[in-house]
Parts: sequence; structure tokens; C-alpha cells
Amino acid sequence: MAKYVRHCVTFTVFTKNQSSELSMESRKIRVLVAKPGLDGHDRGAKVIARALRDAGMEVIYTGLRQTPEMIAAAALQEDVDAVGVSILSGAHNTLCPRIVELLRQQGMDDCLVLLGGIVPQEDVAKLKAEGIAEVFLPGTSTEDIVKFLRENVKPRN
Amino acid sequence: MAETKEITSAKDADLERWESDTLAPTLKQHPERKKSFESVSLEEVNRLYTPADVADVNFADDIGFPGEFPYTRGIHPTGYRGKLWTMRQFAGFSTPEETNARFKYLLQEGQTGLSVAYDLPTLMGYDADSPLSEGEVGKCGVAVSSLADMEVLFEGIPLEQVTVSQTINAPASVLLAMYLVVAEKQGADWKKISGTLQNDILKEYIAQKEWIYPIRPAMKLVVDTFEFCTNEVPRYNPVSVSGYHIREAGATAIQELAFTLRDGLEYVEWGLKAGLDIDQFVPRISFFFNAHNDFFEEVAKYRAARRIWAREMRERFGSTNERTLKLRFHTQTAGVSLTVQQPLNNIVRVAIQALAGVLGGTQSLHTDAYDEALALPTDRAALIALRTQQIIAEETGVANTIDPLGGSYFVESLTEKMEERTREYFNKIDAMGGMVAAIEKGFPQREIQDSAYQYQKAVERGDQVIVGVNKFEMEDEPAQVPILVIDDSVRNHQIERLQKARDQRDPGAVANALEKLKVAAKNDENTMPATIEAVRAYASLGEICSALRDVYGVYEEPVF
Repeated sequence: MAKYVRHCVTFTVFTKNQSSELSMESRKIRVLVAKPGLDGHDRGAKVIARALRDAGMEVIYTGLRQTPEMIAAAALQEDVDAVGVSILSGAHNTLCPRIVELLRQQGMDDCLVLLGGIVPQEDVAKLKAEGIAEVFLPGTSTEDIVKFLRENVKPRN
Repeated sequence: MAETKEITSAKDADLERWESDTLAPTLKQHPERKKSFESVSLEEVNRLYTPADVADVNFADDIGFPGEFPYTRGIHPTGYRGKLWTMRQFAGFSTPEETNARFKYLLQEGQTGLSVAYDLPTLMGYDADSPLSEGEVGKCGVAVSSLADMEVLFEGIPLEQVTVSQTINAPASVLLAMYLVVAEKQGADWKKISGTLQNDILKEYIAQKEWIYPIRPAMKLVVDTFEFCTNEVPRYNPVSVSGYHIREAGATAIQELAFTLRDGLEYVEWGLKAGLDIDQFVPRISFFFNAHNDFFEEVAKYRAARRIWAREMRERFGSTNERTLKLRFHTQTAGVSLTVQQPLNNIVRVAIQALAGVLGGTQSLHTDAYDEALALPTDRAALIALRTQQIIAEETGVANTIDPLGGSYFVESLTEKMEERTREYFNKIDAMGGMVAAIEKGFPQREIQDSAYQYQKAVERGDQVIVGVNKFEMEDEPAQVPILVIDDSVRNHQIERLQKARDQRDPGAVANALEKLKVAAKNDENTMPATIEAVRAYASLGEICSALRDVYGVYEEPVF
């Protein structure tokens, strides 16, 4: 089993409005924001982590340079509904399908894997066929990502 | 002094009259488009700038003449009338063979200097055959694992004549060693070769995050290159203090300026502590700034950079050497401003950003290719980017006179504001104990993260317009532009050459050189001679970095 990531931080924010809204939901959406591969450009990952947190989700950020094994282990341990992967280096075709495969192997069939970054259009369909739920290209609004998660995460009790 | 005040108050009275007589009736009939107007850095911009806004600016002390202190108007007395900026396109992808061909193509098309982009394994000090390199080899730059790759990369390019800039940071001393050994094999004289090593490790911890060792030993490696180059490669710039990546990570123009210049001061302090003579090594410190969309903000930033640096060198360190006081910089247009949507629009963005760099007096310039939000540039896209610079240089007339925006009430006022706000950041960082200490506290990192988030929010509110993204979007976008695809077979090709180099080398010589390097690192001696010896023996990049990892450990980023 891969070593569990050391950098995990949970961001949780309770504002008055959100907590009343949340009390009606059974469980807050939990998302692991991950940076696999060698790429250190984390602006996007951090902006997304903060936007999801501000939208009332529980966000765990892995920190940089996590292997697919480390990411899958963290997803299991944190029992997340979705893994948001940020890659700007072009290594997405190697890394993303492996993350999906590892999640499925450990029985996380409903865990969504989302990808954001510099991804050529040609790769998008291929990645989706390999189990990536959605690919968000540069220029995506954080609201669209929040909306996607709210609409696609399977409710749990 | 009294006279100045009178002039100012007269201007204030004039302004008040204009506001009530002319402006107010118009505003009543036709309100402005927005309540307030903000720059890309979310700084408020006034309706109008007048002499009142530059009342504190003294022409002789603050603006002066080109080639004279405080160099606000440029470091050369002839501006671009003597020599145009160096057109230096950042290039690197796939194998050393392919990048070598791109270099030759760019030189043939009139480019005047080279700039190498390395792939992520190289930037992180891993060989192509490391398991961590899988999927990354040759993807966002050229793959270099040993001297054998470097020999191919510069085959047929005379390093005594062409200046080469290398974008490499954590393992910079190793790539410098490889470069010097290739130059030597070509018969080039180290005393004559020139070029630039990015080697700015501070901005890696602040922004780009391609680090290897903990920050303090990493700074020691940087100082080793200063010392080595000062003695052995005197025309080479061993560091390019970079605001580019700080800006790309989300900083405002002021943060880019302040953190970059404070990084520069930190390098000077560390060099002095190591016993170097300020006027021997500081003249070879160069800078690298971003050119973002907000035209005047950018021009003011470059002008302020020169003025602040000259003043700091004089006031903080007491230097009077002209070469120490002059800030020289490279500019690159803002990759982060490029859009996937309607990618040809990027050509226009790049042209305007490049113009800001030129009007700010840059010494060299990289213009981004229009397809870079999609992938690395194709030949065609890279050529248009180069032609953009050539059009600015040859057709627009902006290079005919020096600092044409100097004296503009707006630009001078903005230049002054940049300086003031930069000094506020200097005071904060000085109070923390300098930049290394500030980074350890996470200060610049948090400032940048906050700005990145504020900017994203402003875009999502529509306060910051990005054409094609949040305004003037197209439902049916024209077909995608062709892009460059890097095949995964590149890794095998690179592993083969690495294996061949390992098979042919003398293992005893490699082991010996690596041991010497460890001893030098442990004893706090200059690591460059041992690094060069290891490179000559064809020790790989990964092996050399591992030796240093054994001594120094690796950096773990704290969570902010």
C-alpha cells in the first residue's frame, strides 16, 4: 500500500447560511484536490480548493508531486466523493487513467475523477472513455466545477 | 520648493474648475461605463492624471536621462537606436535532436539568442529512466539526463558566438557544468562565452515550486555558481532573478516587482556573506519580468524596477559602480493570459504585451506563441511569435526614440506608486529577517495565493474581461489549431542514450567524482569544480543530484 500523503490539510468553512443549508443535506461533498506528476504549477489547484471550500465542500489538498498510488490511498482514507486532478505538464494520459484504475481496484466505483489543466482537445474524449468524469480546460469558471460536483456526486447517507 | 507648491495648487484649481464646468455636466448626461476602473492587478485607475499627480516627482532625481542614475529611462544612452533588444525565443521539447533542429530554424529566421526549456524530469533532477519521469520526458521541454544529451543539443551551434539562456533552477549548477564542458569540447574559451542561467531558486519556493533541496543549501549552490562564474566565466550571468513565475502564479504587478527585487537583494546579501565583491558579481545578476495585459501598469513596472534597483544598490550596499547599479532584464509575455478559446486572439495579446516590454526598455524578449494554452508551440506558431517582435522593431517606429512614455503624467505617477508600494513590501520582508525567512514563514506564497483567488473572482464576476472567455464567447468556435504532440517514445530514445553513456564511461571516475562532490558539499566548499568533474565523467544529472540529496536532504513544503 502506498504511503499516505503527508501534506493533507482539510479546509472546512462553516458560515451561518451554509450551515443551515448543510443541515438539510445528509453529508457534505468531500473532494480531494491532487497534483500528480512532477509539475509544480499549483495556482489552479489552490484556487479550485478554495472555491470548493467557499462553496461549502470539504476539501483535502494533497500537496505537490503525488504518485497515483498516493492519491488513491488518500482518496480512500479520506473517503472522498471526488478527486480533482490538476496537470499542466502534458502527463495526463499516463497519470489520470492510472488514478481511475487504482480507485476502482479499491472499490471506489462512484468516486468521480475530474481533470483540469492544459489538455489538448484530442485527449479529452480518450480520457473520458477511460473513466475521467469531466475535463475542465483553461478559462473554466469555478462555479461550473461546483455545479458539476453538486449535480454528479452520488448522494450517500 | 515654494514655487513648485504654487504651481501644484494652481493646477489643483484648474482641475477643480474642469471637474465642475466641463466634466460634471457630461457625467450627469452620460454616466461612465463603470463606477470604478481597475487594472489587471485590481488597482484603481483614476479618470485623469495631471501635473498634480506628479508634483512629488523630481525630473533630475527621479527620471533623469537614459544611461544615468537612477536609470528610470533606461540603461543605455542610445536606447534601441544603438542596438535592438535580443529576440530570444524560449524553446525546447522532445529529444535534444529535435530541439537542436528548432534552435537552428529560429537562428536562421533571424532570432538573435537562444533560450532552452528543459522538461520536468530535468528541472527536478531526475534522469529519463527514473520511475518518476514516466509520462513527463520531453513533454514541456527538452530532456537532458547527461552530457551526452547536451552535446547533441548544441551540436553545430558555436557557443562562443551565440548567447544561450538556460531555464533551470534546482539543478542549475549541474546544467551549467554540462554547458561549460560542451563549450570546452567545441574549443570555446570560457572567458569569452556569455549567456544566462536562470538559477533563481527563491522564486521556486515562492511560486513555481520546482525545488529539490531545502532552501538554505539551495542558496549555497547558487552562491557557488556566482563565485565560480565571477572567476572562470566572467561574461556569463549566473542568475536571472525572475518575477515571471511569481506573476504567473497569480501575483499582482506590484507583488511581482517587490518580491523579485527583494529576491535580488537577498542574492546580493548571500554573495557578500560568502565574501564576494559586490562590484564583481552584482553586474552579472540579471532579471526576468512578465509582460501582462495591462499596458501602462507593465511599462511603469519596468521603469520602477530600474530606479529601485539602482537606489538599493547605492543606498543599501553603498555601491557607486555603474554596472552594479544598472538593472538589466529579459521579458516574456504572460502565458497565463493566453486562452484556449479563439486561440488566434492570443497573437494580438502577445503583440500588445511585447510592446509594453519594449516601451519599458527590456534587454531581451520572448513572445509567446498563440497555441501555448493548448500545448507546446508548433513551428508555425513559434515563427509568428518571432515575427511579432520583428514587426514591433522594424515597422512601428517605437524603437526610434528613448523611453517615449517618460513624462506621461499617468506613467510617471504609476512608476512612483510602484516604487512606494514595493518599499512597503521591502520593509515587511526586512522586518521578517529577509526573503529566505519570509519564504519560510510562507509570506510571499500566501500573498500570491490571495491575489490569484481575488483575480479569479473578478473574472467570474465579469469585472475583469477576457475576450472569448467571459465576453464575446462563440458557441461554434472555428476548428482547433493544429498542435504539437510529443510522443511517449521520446522516453525510450532518451533512456537508450543514457544507457549507452553509462556503458561507455569509466565507473571508477564517476564514483570518485561523486564522492568528491559529496565531500565538497559536506565541507561547505564550492561544489562547482567537483560537479564539472562528475559531468566530464558522464555522471548523469540524476546521479549528481542524488549525491547532493544525500548530503542536503530534500525540501518539504509546509502547508499554507
